Amino acid sequence: MSAEPTATIFEPKVIAFVCNWCTYLGADLAGTSRLEYPSNLRIIRLPCTGRIDFNLIVKAFENGADSVLVSGCHPGDCHYTSGNFHARRRWILFRELLNTLGIDTERVHFSWISAAEGAKFQKFITEIVEKTRNMGPYSAMKEIVALSD
Amino acid sequence: MTMSQQTQLQQKAKELLTDKKTDLVIGYGIIETGHVGTIFITKPEQSDRLLWNEECVDNLVVYLKRKEVKKLGRPAVVVKGCDARAIAVLETEHQLDRENLVVIGMECNGIRARNLLQEKCKTCDVQQPPHCDFVIENPEKPVTQSDPANRYARLEKIMAMNTVQRLDYWKNEFSRCIKCYACRQNCPMCYCDVCVVDKNRPIRIDTSATLKGNFAWNILRAFHLAGRCIGCSACSAACPAGIDLDLLNLSLAKAAEEHFNYRAGTERNSEPLIGTFSPEDQESFIR
Ligand code: SF4
Ligand code: SF4
Ligand code: FES
Repeated sequence: MSAEPTATIFEPKVIAFVCNWCTYLGADLAGTSRLEYPSNLRIIRLPCTGRIDFNLIVKAFENGADSVLVSGCHPGDCHYTSGNFHARRRWILFRELLNTLGIDTERVHFSWISAAEGAKFQKFITEIVEKTRNMGPYSAMKEIVALSD
Repeated sequence: MTMSQQTQLQQKAKELLTDKKTDLVIGYGIIETGHVGTIFITKPEQSDRLLWNEECVDNLVVYLKRKEVKKLGRPAVVVKGCDARAIAVLETEHQLDRENLVVIGMECNGIRARNLLQEKCKTCDVQQPPHCDFVIENPEKPVTQSDPANRYARLEKIMAMNTVQRLDYWKNEFSRCIKCYACRQNCPMCYCDVCVVDKNRPIRIDTSATLKGNFAWNILRAFHLAGRCIGCSACSAACPAGIDLDLLNLSLAKAAEEHFNYRAGTERNSEPLIGTFSPEDQESFIR
């Protein structure tokens, strides 16, 4: 391993799993409206929150995420009618499991952001990145990954 | 003279096999190793091999989903109250032909592995087994005191820790996991033909027992049982690494009860918790 430069500023890595029909378009709107948000975000587009398997959240942390966001259409607005209702029920339970495991739920975020909410997207992403920056790298998880080689 | 539970059970099995109500009785008996294990009875005269005592640890419902067992014909299965709930869950998930299944429930006074009353028995509320076709009563009646209201009390020891300590606790536990999947094999609700961990294109979870793979596996196992686990502890009992998998199952069971007033397997013909939803589901963390 090459030596890391000593005084680097911590740039958090935030991974967002978003649905194709609302939050992705909200992000797009933020872009076309030239609303700036931190570049620490990696967006992964999926058809619907109903498709966002909890494994993906685990995978994101395995791959060095410091925070994860899962976001989709507002209740009642899902392109597939009920994907987000199914997702919501799973998230309610999954968060409890993460908590029992000692996985930091302050680093797992959920939101409903519609295609018209470019401004909400910008604001929420900025907030998450700042919060993560303040919390620092998710070293506990990185340690688990490092022990896995 | 009152007959012992074991004798009553043997008679019931004999009767079912003789009358051709069933082709097979799945029950407890002494196996080759000399221990209490599972036996498969197909002839009435074998019925006296059936055994019932406080060492009947296993949840035999797990066999109902096995291909090789299905080949043997219409089954009857011997269950404890906790095990019987697995039947209700499998029914909910359309996994059982209940018309062609006989469920024999044993009134239960608690299971003692190596003379120690199992944790789940301390908070049991099904000493009288539910969802059964026949219940074999204990002439002496269950005498073990249980405290169902405290069924989640065991979680306190880990929930009292802070997040960092909790993660450390699980790191220590999961570092011993050898990915044998005995927990999965022993679970009546793990019936997928091909488990996601056995799929290798793509590999979602490290196949070797790495720490991150062990985390991913144990998260997956627990969460696939969310709203489905009936708390039989068969997974924990099977784990050669002695990982207290019950704690993960309990945490999800508690969440299901608190958020959705749902307890897996307590009612027949209920809807599954996951796979259904209500527009009114409440949470406070989605922004
Ligand atoms: S997860 Fe464990 S306790 Fe729950 S039903 Fe399966 S074997 Fe029983
Ligand atoms: S039984 Fe225990 S050691 Fe085996 S895979 Fe399950 S948790 Fe790991
Ligand atoms: S399509 Fe956006 S949540 Fe289903």
